[in-house]
Amino acid sequence: MAIPENKLAFDGGWEYAPAPESTDHIAVKKRYGLFIDGDFVAPEKGRYFDTINPANEEKLSRVAVASQSDVDKAVKAARKAYAGPWSRMKPKERGKYIYRIARMMQERAREFAVIESLDGGKPIRESRDVDIPLAAAHFFYYAGWADKLEYAFPGRTAKALGVAGQVIPWNFPLLMASWKIAPALACGNTVVLKPAETTPLTALKLAEVIADAGLPDGVVNIITGAGDTGAAIVTHPGVDKVAFTGSTNVGRIIQRALAGTNKKYTLELGGKAANIIFADAAIDQAVEGIVNGIFFNQGHVCCAGSRLFVQESVADEVIEKLKDRMETLIVGDPLDKNTDIGAINSRMQLEKIESYLKIGQSEGGTMHQSSCAMPDKGYWCRPTIFTGVSQSSRVVQEEIFGPVLAIQTFRTYNEALSKANNTPYGLSGGVWTDKGSKIFKMTQGIRAGVVWANTFNKFDPTSPFGGYKESGVGREGGLHGLGAYVKLEA
Amino acid sequence: MPDLSRVPSVDEVGVNERVARFQSRSIKKASKVEALKMILSMIDLTTLEGQDTPGKVRQLCQKAIHLHDAMPGLPHVAAVCVYPMMVGVAKEALQGHDINIASVATAFPSGMSSREVKLDDTRMAVDAGANEIDMVISRGAFLAGEYAFVFDEIMAVKEACGDAHLKVILETGELGTLDRVRRASVLAMHAGADFIKTSTGKIQPAATLQVTLVMLQAIKDYYYETGRMVGMKPAGGISNAKLAVHYLVMLRETLGNAWMTPEWFRFGASSLANDALMQLMKQSTGVYQSADYFSKD
Repeated sequence: MAIPENKLAFDGGWEYAPAPESTDHIAVKKRYGLFIDGDFVAPEKGRYFDTINPANEEKLSRVAVASQSDVDKAVKAARKAYAGPWSRMKPKERGKYIYRIARMMQERAREFAVIESLDGGKPIRESRDVDIPLAAAHFFYYAGWADKLEYAFPGRTAKALGVAGQVIPWNFPLLMASWKIAPALACGNTVVLKPAETTPLTALKLAEVIADAGLPDGVVNIITGAGDTGAAIVTHPGVDKVAFTGSTNVGRIIQRALAGTNKKYTLELGGKAANIIFADAAIDQAVEGIVNGIFFNQGHVCCAGSRLFVQESVADEVIEKLKDRMETLIVGDPLDKNTDIGAINSRMQLEKIESYLKIGQSEGGTMHQSSCAMPDKGYWCRPTIFTGVSQSSRVVQEEIFGPVLAIQTFRTYNEALSKANNTPYGLSGGVWTDKGSKIFKMTQGIRAGVVWANTFNKFDPTSPFGGYKESGVGREGGLHGLGAYVKLEA
Repeated sequence: MPDLSRVPSVDEVGVNERVARFQSRSIKKASKVEALKMILSMIDLTTLEGQDTPGKVRQLCQKAIHLHDAMPGLPHVAAVCVYPMMVGVAKEALQGHDINIASVATAFPSGMSSREVKLDDTRMAVDAGANEIDMVISRGAFLAGEYAFVFDEIMAVKEACGDAHLKVILETGELGTLDRVRRASVLAMHAGADFIKTSTGKIQPAATLQVTLVMLQAIKDYYYETGRMVGMKPAGGISNAKLAVHYLVMLRETLGNAWMTPEWFRFGASSLANDALMQLMKQSTGVYQSADYFSKD
């Protein structure tokens, strides 16, 4: 495709007026304690930390730091609730509680969505249309399994494990809480969950919903804090099962800490997914898939399609179309309904992403960014692509966790496959082609937990999710997700 | 003739997702007012009925000039669109006004006639004063794979048009797949179309956001290939302003600002104008007025 000098112009002219979602209807307390044994309680040591809005760096609330003694208390409450009502309750009754949580989340969906965008920086369009509906869907899905475990594991008896210690990340705060809590409860376990320190508010809001739902005290305990709190949960002798989503580095530390203990664990870790575009793909829709793959949630997605492989014969065309498309992405106020890309979650993450932008350039990559306007305050990163990089580049090898795409070309099927698999990660992948046989051949060859064909970043509670290699251990979601929360007896 | 084997395929699921994104854009306040005025200025005010009379066409032309005089500062529509028989009436009624006269031609709407008849039809409309011709392609020939026939047909009509602008109606409701819509678009542009247009309005489905997106993407590729801009006209089925605003969102995010004028984008519609007027009045007064305050011509 020849590229004329007069590129299409996407700036100026008719602009969209700001369309901010209202915040009148949300209630965020000035200070949150720890949700232990059915109540919000003050932390033993009386320490709190600020949670801020990454889009304007303003303080939203103060949140408790749980120390070892708070964790002890939470685990004790969970143990008591497990021994007491929860593990002895009829499965059908357990299911009713989980359904009730799901319905209440739907009723308060707007409030959850706004708080998620305020606290985490993601665009309201995503929290409203993706995060919150999916989170409720997970509760609905696992509520249905609560009294049907004998059908999930035919011929075996599924017994609950006990107390599950769960540590979740900041990229999909409420959704990850749902992924963790819903199957644990459905199988009869009780829970101690810690949200990430930059995004604790929707988990605390969920604690309010859980209290309102009348769940017996101590079945779900939600405590806040940083890495120390997480470590105290994971290593606590009263915890029977650990579920963690986060970085591969922390995953390694957890695996080491759990070695030799009897704890079951699932780890959902990093990724560096290959998104592969063949020349016969529906190019315009593939470009949408690239955008969705890497710029969804500012690229803060473990299964993001952060490595793009384009067949050489269409590479120029795809890259030019991608550049045009990037010009139409609206970066800004997460609460504006027209925002496509929100704020980077934290200063720390922004600095990490910016360091990779420098690395990519110093390695000889060509960086291209959209020319969009960006707010003055807050943490922002323009949608970015690197061309002229190779498998030996760090921006190709390492997980950036930001809106940064590394583009390489390939000539043959085998080359694409070997490059796609040439990574220590294996969480997800994407294939774009009009040819069905190529889809099957390619998706069988990619060593990753989820592979999408002619689409990307599609999630459903019925579908298992998890990684190969350094992307994790175990599966969450679907029938497989139940297996992580039960011990099977003959 | 273009090499149609090089036309990229279209994935319908992906098109639907993209369209849903356009529809989730929230257009409010000043940008809504601007959009509504832009919509009015892009309308090809249309009457294509067997029962059309000179009187009816004169009334339509009055409406084209005086959209809603109660509201100052309104644009006029881009064109009136009539059958060849009525072009003379429209020309007289629009004298002294900067409103284009579009005429359907080429055995509209089915196109089931000989090349000679179609060219005569075209010449008759142009001679009577039409400066825009909306032709239909031979869908039967296209579906039978006779692409060269369709290509030659469009070229011949283009030649018969002389200085008049040629809009080529693909009648997407009869093409069946988005892949064919894309291929027909490429064929029409290479054959000389100044505009490509979705529908006659006589077949359901008429214009949809999906087919329009596919055609806009074809226009974009053609522009990058040749440097020539081609206009787009969705027609039929766009009767409310909200839907028309979504078309503008799609246009802006697909082809950019250069296309956001009546020179490059038109709505083929009859009842859209009054809905846009009603929304505009609502924006200025804060309340909806009765539909009876807006003239129906």
